Formats: sequence, structure tokens, C-alpha cells
Amino acid sequence: MSDGVIQLDHVQLNYGNFRALSDINLHVPEGEVVGLLGHNGAGKTTTMKLLLGLLKANAGSVSVFGGDPLRTEHANKIRNKTGYLPENLSFYPQLTGMETLSYFAALKGADKKEKNQLLEDVGLAHAAHRKLKTYSKGMRQRLGLAQALLNRPGLLILDEPTVGLDPVATHDLYLTIDKLKQQGTTVILCSHVLSGIEEHIDRAVILAKGCVLADGDLQSLRQQTQLPMQIRVHGRIEETGWLQNVSDNNVSLQRINASQYIFTCPLSEKVPLLKKIMSENSVNDLEINAPSLESIYQFYNRQLTNNGNGDVRE
Amino acid sequence: MNKILIVAKKEFRDGLRNRWVAGISIVLALFAMGISYFGTAASGSVGFASLSTTVVSLSSLAIFLIPLIALILAYDSIVGEDEQGTLILLLTYPLQRSQLMAGKFIGHAGIMALATFIGFGSAGFLIAIFSPLASIEELLTSYSVFIVSSILLGWVFVAMAYLISVTSNEKSRATGVALIVWFAFVFVFDLLLLGVLVATGGGVGDGVFSYLLLLNPTDIFRLINLSSFEATQVQSGLASIAEQGLIQPVVLFVSLFAWLLVPYWLAVWRFNKR
Repeated sequence: MSDGVIQLDHVQLNYGNFRALSDINLHVPEGEVVGLLGHNGAGKTTTMKLLLGLLKANAGSVSVFGGDPLRTEHANKIRNKTGYLPENLSFYPQLTGMETLSYFAALKGADKKEKNQLLEDVGLAHAAHRKLKTYSKGMRQRLGLAQALLNRPGLLILDEPTVGLDPVATHDLYLTIDKLKQQGTTVILCSHVLSGIEEHIDRAVILAKGCVLADGDLQSLRQQTQLPMQIRVHGRIEETGWLQNVSDNNVSLQRINASQYIFTCPLSEKVPLLKKIMSENSVNDLEINAPSLESIYQFYNRQLTNNGNGDVRE
Repeated sequence: MNKILIVAKKEFRDGLRNRWVAGISIVLALFAMGISYFGTAASGSVGFASLSTTVVSLSSLAIFLIPLIALILAYDSIVGEDEQGTLILLLTYPLQRSQLMAGKFIGHAGIMALATFIGFGSAGFLIAIFSPLASIEELLTSYSVFIVSSILLGWVFVAMAYLISVTSNEKSRATGVALIVWFAFVFVFDLLLLGVLVATGGGVGDGVFSYLLLLNPTDIFRLINLSSFEATQVQSGLASIAEQGLIQPVVLFVSLFAWLLVPYWLAVWRFNKR
């Protein structure tokens, strides 16, 4: 067993005759932020429930903080160190924000002062004594985040945490995740808003039909997929020079107008192409667009569909 | 233990806040006072009857009301939390399922006990004061048995509501099952027994018949209360079973406790299996 916070080895899980997870392997070290991605029914929630000790694997081993989350002697220790924000959480409408957080804080044995600070941190201090039935969806989601942060968790599992949040609250959430990462918290982040999480995850794990389709940091996934990148150039480039033979190296060129060009090239051609572009004296500016998480995700799902492995929804 | 009390405190506070305690207390008190005051109308006059007369009518009423109130109070205790998404969250906390269930049960049992005590207790107190036929002694002895057995009957149906709640996937389904359970114990069971008696031409002996009554907690409750007042033993045919000493009061109470423990244990077992 390794010293990682999460270790899943050859995990299989069935719901009756339906195989929800097939041979899942996942190792997450301390302080890593992992994006758990996949279409609906890919196995994300099932994986999270396994980590939380809510489901039992049919085969393979599940370890969280070095212990089995299903074994009573480990379960409470793991649960004390784990924060979870489920999807579509509505809480108790008749309680106030403060009462709700107090209830969960008491169950977790959290410090009484902590809940005030958490309500402040998630921007709900002003509504702490209002009943939850008067809260908006975004406010309930922020309260959900506050309860997940009780007891300074070593592992934070967030299922669609930005649903219902406005752009400012979403930004604050990502800042919180960045801060927690710096403090050594391991985060499992499940979201369909891929553009939002791209900047904040260390690694993406793409699931499909209960299998790990891809696993790696963004750079390595870009290398694996060999998706083309784009370089947008502002300025004039001498048409009689290297530009004439640019397509020889799998680079395509699109002329937007006389002073704007878009080059599309494989990753391997990025540096040589940039050197050529920068040798032009009249280049004023350039933008480099590496393949996004969204395009990487689409690539793997297209590949799965092309291989005839099922009805992947995109 | 502390975790159980945290959950129990929350459930009990919810009951106070949602006015369950106040509502149940008022309903029970009004029915008790009404039955006592207007119960003698058939004889041409109205006024508070004695506690023993009141209890005969009141125990019949309690058989309808208390199981229904208990089932409505607790049928959504688990399935309701499941639907609003809080159950899955609670299960990720350092709290065992049996602790969650125990906490909820203590909270709901507390609501039922307090409301029954206030409702029937206040009514009994007023009847004892205003009725020349009632005595404080009756209030402290047999009427207390009525209140305690009413509370126990409420707990039995709270436990049944938990079993319904953990075996239902949807609140609407749990509501339907709760109503069926109520109907079965309050109406159908006795009709079936009557049918058996008629079909066998009274061939079922008193001994067998009395033990068949133990299969229904509402009948146990009725037997406990009919045997508590000498006057009622004369008034009620059913009490003849108690009068004949076929079932000792202690057996009746133990049976009612069994009706509390078995559904509760089944609910915990089923919840742990989910």
C-alpha cells in the first residue's frame, strides 16, 4: 500500500447485473487536485461513493488515508478527515444557515468558532440567521461548501460544486480550492464545467462506462492526444520567406487579414514555429491556445465512440 | 452516545418548531375534553363524566388517533432525508447508521411522549377538577396507565413508520404504505378476527382468541386500558378477557414493548443493509 491519500486498485462494482465500475485504478497523493470527469453514468458518483464508504466494491481494494472506508475502525477517522459536497443538496428548509452548520459541526466535533469563520468565508455571514427556505440555490450551495470545509478536511470531495453559483461565487470557490491545495488538502473535483476547472486541477481523470479512459496532467494528456494547438499572430509576416513552406511541417495557416494569421500545428512543432514567428520584426503580438481540457475530453469520447464502445453522450 | 443525542435534539427541536407538539397536544386535549363532556349526552344531560367512563371512550379514540399521528410524524424520517439529499451527506459524517436511527427515534419518541402527556394529561387534570364523579386518585393511578400506554402505542407506530421509511424509495410510496398499515391495524385486523369467530361459530376458545389479540398493538392497548378500571370491566365485553385473567397486565405491557422493539430492530437492520 502506498502513502497516497486515495488508492483504488482494480476496483469493480456492480449494481445488480449492471457493471458500474470495471477495473478502476486510481492513486492520488496528498495535496493533489484531481478533476474527475465523464458523462452522466460514467461512474463518477459511484467512485465518489466508494471513497466515502457508502458502497462496497465487488472486487479490488479501496483505501483512503491508508484504511478501508467501509471498516468501522477506520470509517470514523476517515470521515472526520473528509469533506463532501453532494450534488443537488437542499438541506433542511426550516433551519437557519447557522443552525444547519451547527448541526453538522456538532456531528463532526468541529470547533464552535469555526462555523462563524466558515460562514464568513463563503459569504453567508449576513444570512446566517435566515431560514434556508429563503436561500437561493447558490446560497445553499455555498452553505454546502461551508459544511464540507468543517474540521479542515484532508480530503475534499466536491460533486458539481459550481451548480447554481454566480460568476463571483464560482471564482471564490476556485480560489478556496487553490488555497486548500496549498495547505495540503487533496481535492476530488467533479464538474461538467471543464473550462472552469482547467486552471485549478493538477490532473484529469476521464471516466467512461465505468473505466478510466485517460489519466494525467494536462500537459501529458495534450502530448497523448496530439491535438493541434493554435498560434494567433498580429502583425505582418514576410510572405516570401519561410511562410511559403510552412505546410511542410503539418502546420496549417489561415490568413484572417493582411496583419492577422492563425497557425495550427502539432505540439511538437510549437517551439520551432514560434522561433520563426519571433524572427519576424513586424510581429506585434501573439496568442498561444493550447488544446483545452474540453477538447481533450471530446477527443477521448470521440475515440471511444469511434471504437464502437458504446453510446457516449457528449 | 453524544452523536445520538445531537440527532435526537435536532429532531425534537424540529418537532417543537413545526408545532407538532402543540398541534398533537391540542387535538388530544380537545378530543378528551369533548368526549368527557358530551359523552353523557345520550342520557339527556351533558357534563364531565368520571375518568373511568372517559377512558373507555378515549381509549377507542386513541386507537384511531395515536397510530395515525405517529405514522404521519415519522413516515418520512429516512426517505424524506434521502429525497432532500441530506441522508447521503449525513452518512459521510462520523455517525453510524444505527446512531442516526436511534437519534431520530429518540427525538420522535420525545415529541410523541410530550404531546400525549400534555394533551391527555391536561384534559385528565381538568376532568378530575370539574367532574364530581372523578377523583385525583383515579388520575394518578389508572388514568396514568392510560397515558403511559398511549405513549407506548405512539412509540410502536413511530417504530413502524421507521420500518416503512427505510423500505420505501419515495416519500409518496411511504405515505401510501403508512396509511395501509394504519388501516390494517385499526380496522382490518379486528374485522378479520370477527370473521374468524363467525366462521368457526365461536369455536375459537377464549384462550386462543385472547392471544390472537396480542398480534395487534392497538388491541393490546385496548386490553391494558379496559382492565385498568373496574367500571369499564363491566361496560366492555372485550375486558372480560382481562377480567378472566387470561392475559396478565405485565404480559400486555411486555407485548407492547415487543411491538416497539421488533419493527425498530427490523428498521435498523434494513437501514444497515441499504
